[in-house]
Amino acid sequence: MTTLGTSGLILNEKLMFEHSDPGRKGYSLPALDVPEVAMPAELVRAEVTGFPELSEVDVVRHFTRLSTWNYGVDSGFYPLGSCTMKYNPKINESVARLPGLAGIHPATPEHLSQGALKLMYELQTSLAEISGFPAITLQPAAGAHGELAGMLMVRAWHEAQGNPRSKVLIPDTAHGTNPASATLCGYQVVPVTSDGVLSAQTVAAHMDDEVAALMVTNPNTLGLFESEIRAICDIVHAKGGLVYCDGANLNALMGIARPGDMGIDVMHFNLHKTFATPHGGGGPGSGPVGVTEALVPFLPVPVVTSSASGYRLQYDRPQSIGRMRSFFGNFGVMVRAYAYIRTMGAAGLKHASEMAVLNANYVRAKLEGTFHLPYQNRSLHEVVFSDRDLDGDCHTLDLAKRLIDYGYHPPTIYFPLVVKGAIMIEPTETESQETLDEFCEAMLAIAGEARDNPELLHAAPVRTRIRRLDETAAARKPRLKWEG
Amino acid sequence: MRYIPHTEEDIHQMLDAIGVDAVDDLFSGIPADVRLQRPMNLAPALAEGDLLREFKQLSRQNATGDSHLSFLGGGAYNHFIPAVVDQLISRSEFYTAYTPYQPEISQGTLQAIFEYQTLVCQLTGMDVANASMYDGASACAEAVLMTARATRRKKVLISAALHPEYRETVETYCRYLDFELVTIPFAADGRTDLSAMEKALGKDVAAMVTGYPNFFGVVEDLAAQAIQVHGCGARLVAAVAEPIALGLLKSPGELGADIVAGEGQSFGIPVAFGGPYLGFFAARQQDLRSMPGRLVGETVDLEGRRGFVLTLSTREQHIRREKATSNICSNEGLCALMATVYLSLMGKAGIREVAEQNLSKTDYARRAIAALDGYTIPFAGPVFNEFVVESAEPAPAVLARLEQQNILGGIPLGRYFEGMANRFLVCVTEQNSKAEIDALVAALAGGGQ
Repeated sequence: MTTLGTSGLILNEKLMFEHSDPGRKGYSLPALDVPEVAMPAELVRAEVTGFPELSEVDVVRHFTRLSTWNYGVDSGFYPLGSCTMKYNPKINESVARLPGLAGIHPATPEHLSQGALKLMYELQTSLAEISGFPAITLQPAAGAHGELAGMLMVRAWHEAQGNPRSKVLIPDTAHGTNPASATLCGYQVVPVTSDGVLSAQTVAAHMDDEVAALMVTNPNTLGLFESEIRAICDIVHAKGGLVYCDGANLNALMGIARPGDMGIDVMHFNLHKTFATPHGGGGPGSGPVGVTEALVPFLPVPVVTSSASGYRLQYDRPQSIGRMRSFFGNFGVMVRAYAYIRTMGAAGLKHASEMAVLNANYVRAKLEGTFHLPYQNRSLHEVVFSDRDLDGDCHTLDLAKRLIDYGYHPPTIYFPLVVKGAIMIEPTETESQETLDEFCEAMLAIAGEARDNPELLHAAPVRTRIRRLDETAAARKPRLKWEG
Repeated sequence: MRYIPHTEEDIHQMLDAIGVDAVDDLFSGIPADVRLQRPMNLAPALAEGDLLREFKQLSRQNATGDSHLSFLGGGAYNHFIPAVVDQLISRSEFYTAYTPYQPEISQGTLQAIFEYQTLVCQLTGMDVANASMYDGASACAEAVLMTARATRRKKVLISAALHPEYRETVETYCRYLDFELVTIPFAADGRTDLSAMEKALGKDVAAMVTGYPNFFGVVEDLAAQAIQVHGCGARLVAAVAEPIALGLLKSPGELGADIVAGEGQSFGIPVAFGGPYLGFFAARQQDLRSMPGRLVGETVDLEGRRGFVLTLSTREQHIRREKATSNICSNEGLCALMATVYLSLMGKAGIREVAEQNLSKTDYARRAIAALDGYTIPFAGPVFNEFVVESAEPAPAVLARLEQQNILGGIPLGRYFEGMANRFLVCVTEQNSKAEIDALVAALAGGGQ
């Protein structure tokens, strides 16, 4: 087989500060056309000590070289489970840069912001239809921020009923953000053990009058649909609790099933996953939240509304949890997500979910004879293997690093925590059969290497510019900035 | 569908390999009673050209710095963005990458964040900076939570001159965590009232939160605040909504701030109707392990070469879960990259020059408006690039008249502050020429007659 990964000329590059040469400039400003004034001397610093002095060419070469050390979706297959690393359409980048969308100031009066507000309103309406929730806030800046907004609304709703309650149930397969967000709402986290899929019986055993909410992820982080979700919601509701859904895995469900129809009360979306906006090397994301009618009074302010006189920002909402951040949310991300939805349409989104699930099951079919599959239930958009059957004292980390040599971004590893040595693969719908075949071939080849020549895994990666890094040393004596 | 490569033939082959007859069989784990039995009701799919036309239509319905003379600030600023910034962040190795969990193939992102952390420390005068937060307001809220962790106290003093949306965000974050938030009024000069702050301080206070410059554009006396705040073992949080000011002003670190939380939008990030922006967050070494968010650290690889990794992650949610210092996961990585590129272009001389231009142009505008009949400048404290104007009539009426001349003259303050119905906040940056400022002044003068 021809391996995707190879070695080529890669350029080294110093830190920008090490290139600095006194007197160089990389900027231009117009001549000052008003009288020059000075601040009172006691308020003024001498200079920003340490700031670099670089020409425009220095800066362009510097960051261009750095970019070549990265691996993005545009570089190749990125099967990072639970992160939905699908292709980021280029037209979305173009429209987000249109002057009236990138250049509108958030304090622009409403009647001069009608295009922006309309876009937000239409995105809300689209997300409501996709998810089955009657109302949406676009304000949260990322998934975890959406979780916080959602759980604050849960708490506000309980407070309005007269008792905030004290506990939140969270299955052991949940993302770490779930317990962290519940804690920020003053709740005590009660972990719930699931056996791959959460059973209604387990939930019933944990439900009491102190449980404010159950937080579930559906499909869960094992890529399995929570098939008892309807009964689970009924049980939680019967005891006066609410059900929160982490919508990180919505890419399996568009046009297939709607969380709002399952009895779920609150859910956040990740526009940077399901709706194809780029992850940007860590962000920005956008984490809108959908809620049932009962929770509408508690939505963060402002709320975008539509009326005969146009689109408005509504602030006067006395029961609101308040504001999650400045202004209205990550608008630039919303523009991209809305462009994606308008490009795909209803049938296109459903097709995306279908092909995402097809791809995950295809990878599973090709690998399950070789890699240990801890849960046998039908997979949706992702599949989780373990390193149990990997020979040669090789572990998930070694497999991941060896995949890099083959030219792939590794899957999510060691998550979910319930699977020892988890290898969590989410191909997404934008990958072709050919790509998946090549990837699976690489996975199988690596399993063979683990048996026959495990040192190849232990030493990996060897084709990258730098090799495995000493993370222990980094944490023991942190060097978090350049100090010359 | 051009984003999905599967042909009918591919699908058949893949279904065969899986051992099912139809795509729908793959969804057998979803009970029928929760399946959607109809097509979703969404607008029809658009071809690329039609989509572009529709979005241009939306774009045209918005006022911008191109269509209007803009003097809007208040936490989002119209600064010039060099073309290099967008060109470089459009390298898709940067923008289509995920969080750098696999350092060997993420060194570009990691080194850039390390450089970003360094620039933030240099600018703020602090020891350590994280890899970014959502925006200035949420960074400010995280700072408040951190002071409670560090001091084990829960009373927080907040200057009334802090950006109101920062204040509201702090309130939301603290809503169910048993905090006591106390407002410290501002004095006649627009600065925080130091004697009121002194009275409110005590051994139960975790932090004092002050805008630097504050929402009125006024430069606070951080040094005096720091002495009082430290006197009772509390932390001083400087919230910087306009960090271009730090090119000129003494750094909060030099003045004694313990945490600097702010908004980095001014550094090459489009105003974009409020986001995505960039929360920056910097602290003292002593509080390192209470910090929220990701940190990038320097280390070496197996062969001794310099490299960078995410580090000290035992503070974070994916390891610590409910005991984490914050729930943040995705941050604003690409916006941090924009700021890094911007600041590397501006450099030591540019950050100073752009700050000085903002100062001089603002001073010119402020003097000219102060000289007009019917307008006064209520706060005498030193300002950077924003100032409050008081008119003889309600501010919205004044601003609406300016709009008739295609001028966005400022932000009315009546919505934020009681008793400020006649006041508005004017921002002047290097983007506003003398001719533009003169046009604003003339329009105000015309309206006043």
